Amino acid sequence: MSLSLNEEQMMLQDSARGFLQTKAPVSAFRELRDHPDKDGFNRQLWADMAAQGWAGITIPEQFGGVDFGYTGLGLILEEMGRTLTVSPMVSTVLMGATALNLGGSPAQKTALLPKIATGELIIPLALEETRHHNPEQTSLRATPVDKGYCLNGRKVFVLDAHVADTFIVLARTSEKNANCTGLSLFLVDSDTQGVTVERAHMLDSRNAGAVVFNDVTVSSESVVGEIDEGQELLQSVLDVAQIGLSAELLGISQQVFEMTLSYLKERKQFGVHIGSFQALQHRMAQMFCQIELCKSIVRRALNDLDAGHDNVSIVASAAKAKLCETVRRLTNEAIQLHGGIGMTDEFDLGFYIKRARVAQQTCGDYNYHLDRFARLNGY
Amino acid sequence: MLELDEFRRETRHWLEQNCPAEMRLPIREEDDDCWGGMYPTFKNEAQELWLDRMSERGWTTPAWPRSIGGGGLSKEQSEILHQELVRIKARPALLSFGIWMLGPVLLKYGSEAQKARFLPDIVRGKVRWCQGYSEPGSGSDLASLQTRAEDRGDHYLVNGSKIWTSYGDKADWVFCLVRTDNAAPKHEGISFLLFDMKSPGVTTKPITLISGKSPFSQLFFDDVRVPKENLVGEINRGWEIAKYLLTHEREMIGDMGTQSVSLSELAKEHIGLRNDMLVDPILRTDISRFTIDEMAFSDTLKRAADEAKAGQEMGAVSSMFKYFGTELNMSRFELMLSVTGNYSLGWEGEEFDEGNLPRAWLRSKGNAIEGGTSEIQLNIIAKRVLGLPSE
Ligand SMILES: Cc1cc2nc3c(=O)[nH]c(=O)nc-3n(C[C@H](O)[C@H](O)[C@H](O)COP(=O)(O)OP(=O)(O)OC[C@H]3O[C@@H](n4cnc5c(N)ncnc54)[C@H](O)[C@@H]3O)c2cc1C
Repeated sequence: MSLSLNEEQMMLQDSARGFLQTKAPVSAFRELRDHPDKDGFNRQLWADMAAQGWAGITIPEQFGGVDFGYTGLGLILEEMGRTLTVSPMVSTVLMGATALNLGGSPAQKTALLPKIATGELIIPLALEETRHHNPEQTSLRATPVDKGYCLNGRKVFVLDAHVADTFIVLARTSEKNANCTGLSLFLVDSDTQGVTVERAHMLDSRNAGAVVFNDVTVSSESVVGEIDEGQELLQSVLDVAQIGLSAELLGISQQVFEMTLSYLKERKQFGVHIGSFQALQHRMAQMFCQIELCKSIVRRALNDLDAGHDNVSIVASAAKAKLCETVRRLTNEAIQLHGGIGMTDEFDLGFYIKRARVAQQTCGDYNYHLDRFARLNGY
Repeated sequence: MLELDEFRRETRHWLEQNCPAEMRLPIREEDDDCWGGMYPTFKNEAQELWLDRMSERGWTTPAWPRSIGGGGLSKEQSEILHQELVRIKARPALLSFGIWMLGPVLLKYGSEAQKARFLPDIVRGKVRWCQGYSEPGSGSDLASLQTRAEDRGDHYLVNGSKIWTSYGDKADWVFCLVRTDNAAPKHEGISFLLFDMKSPGVTTKPITLISGKSPFSQLFFDDVRVPKENLVGEINRGWEIAKYLLTHEREMIGDMGTQSVSLSELAKEHIGLRNDMLVDPILRTDISRFTIDEMAFSDTLKRAADEAKAGQEMGAVSSMFKYFGTELNMSRFELMLSVTGNYSLGWEGEEFDEGNLPRAWLRSKGNAIEGGTSEIQLNIIAKRVLGLPSE
């Protein structure tokens, strides 16, 4: 498969860029941050994005989607990284829809995927319990009861928690042993008795929260995939998530790099443009190379997903680690090369470093993925 | 598509039949490489046979036109040939500065007579070339070069000296940058000349490297007469040609970023696992970081090729490839030293493989210098790609 974009993909990229830059530029994000409301995102904008087909970008046509593939989703996420657009795209399209696409029963798909595609349903994964991504150590319990399960425990860092309609909850259904990790995934509506959501305010001004499950009972039909065998499905979903987040980080990296590059051509000190200083030129040139590497590994990872390759876990961790490394360096350097103005809230740069750190942590940071990469490669 | 599949099938079949078994073993020593030349030294019959068979088909230069002995293959076919060679782990039939550097220049700037005279011998490995660019006073600032070529009617008279000339003592011919106009600005008085290293007045002195080997030389030119027909392109317009050649040289050097040594396998062997993890946790991290960069780099080479095919050229890629590919290669050797511990310190003797590893490690330091230093590549990226001002 070619690593260049085809015509359709380039058209999607152009139209996504055009759409986001007119309807959801960074100023819209600033507006949202300065005037927080109960939703924390713009519902009209989300409806417009869904009308573009974005909410159903990876959903098969029979379930109301446009089935454009992961490369398409990646291109949109990349553009959203450039404009810092807040929407349920990550929680619901990248993660929720993927879980149902890959592991949902026909009934679950029929009931839920069309609603995701229209933008009606917000359906995040409720995954994390501790301060570091570590799904295997899940302790939230789901115990069998009459015709279903009863859930008890607490999840944190759940994206879009306070606006979610349904959660896909990772729970422990039996002890870990040599053959299985004893994990399962459950669909839980947010208005089910016993579910409480605590909204959290994160540094990127986006939506996340903690969700408490207190004797929450769900039916057997709520299980996504096989009981006790949720680990494999979860890993496939997380591979997609990591690649999608890498695409978003790529957008952030490029935007921050371009902002810095223009500043170096504008700002004068000692009577010359600061971009003429070789100490700064070399740092920019090195970062340019890093971005080119990042573009390639993200493109390749998306390609592998679309081609259905079976080694995506390795590539997914490689991409996430590479992007985490690069975006950390780029955002830090960007502030340094802007001098004092880079530190001001009035300037947009701060938004990017904040969003980057959250996306870096989501579904495993640099260290997690370097370690996973080594493990998957047998060392 | 069908035609390409057919081509792959035939190529695979031909390679199975024609690539000698010895030529599929890993390269261990310098004389495993075949450089051809007028007085070639072949390590064994297989090496000679492999060169003959490959060059017979023009497959030492798969994409060059058939008219001058090349393979006449399309980009897609060349890629298939490359993949099939990799598949059977075939050694390159011929290493050659003629193929990597001079050939592309002659194809673009050479006269028909020059193409007919020089290219077929490059394809067949009959003439070995060296690169006369750097001088004692002109390295990074190459355009300040001082070797003079004076117009003497029917010939040029060349005087001066070149340094760091790789394999200068083994080469049959040299492609050489010379000053043909002293009065003009430095970039506008340079010409590109070809001459025979056996010409009267040419002497060479080998220079030993820190690796203990002596693959490069200083060249001295003392009233060397070069026929006028050996000028490539126009007089005083050699700088453009020089730069064009450098882009090819840089891509070639950058390619070493993709050599396939599995560091994790090597580490498992030399260091071992505990609880399925390398016993040295820091090395484990370093190897992962390196391997991910290596993946991203080879994806970038592939993306650049795919985008070029689709008409979406990246631009100034050769500097990026040169810079990053050589950084990777140097890191690879540093990691190999860490992995192999005190074994990597052995310099002589069979038990240390005659010091091949530390010698190669030392040689790799030159990667960031030869073909234009890393700093020069970063300057080029900053100015040409990023458009940062000089002031
Ligand atoms: C293994 C090897 C093989 C070679 N083979 C050949 C060959 O076959 N033919 C040939 O012609 N040449 C060959 N060379 C020479 C090579 O091209 C030069 O060494 C190289 O261009 C650097 O020139 P220099 O050695 O004079 O270093 P200098 O130019 O003196 O550089 C010294 C240091 O200053 C830095 N520097 C210089 N200018 C700048 C600048 N503007 N900005 C920032 N930093 C700068 C350099 O990056 C370097 O770190 C070879 C070199 C090596 C190491």
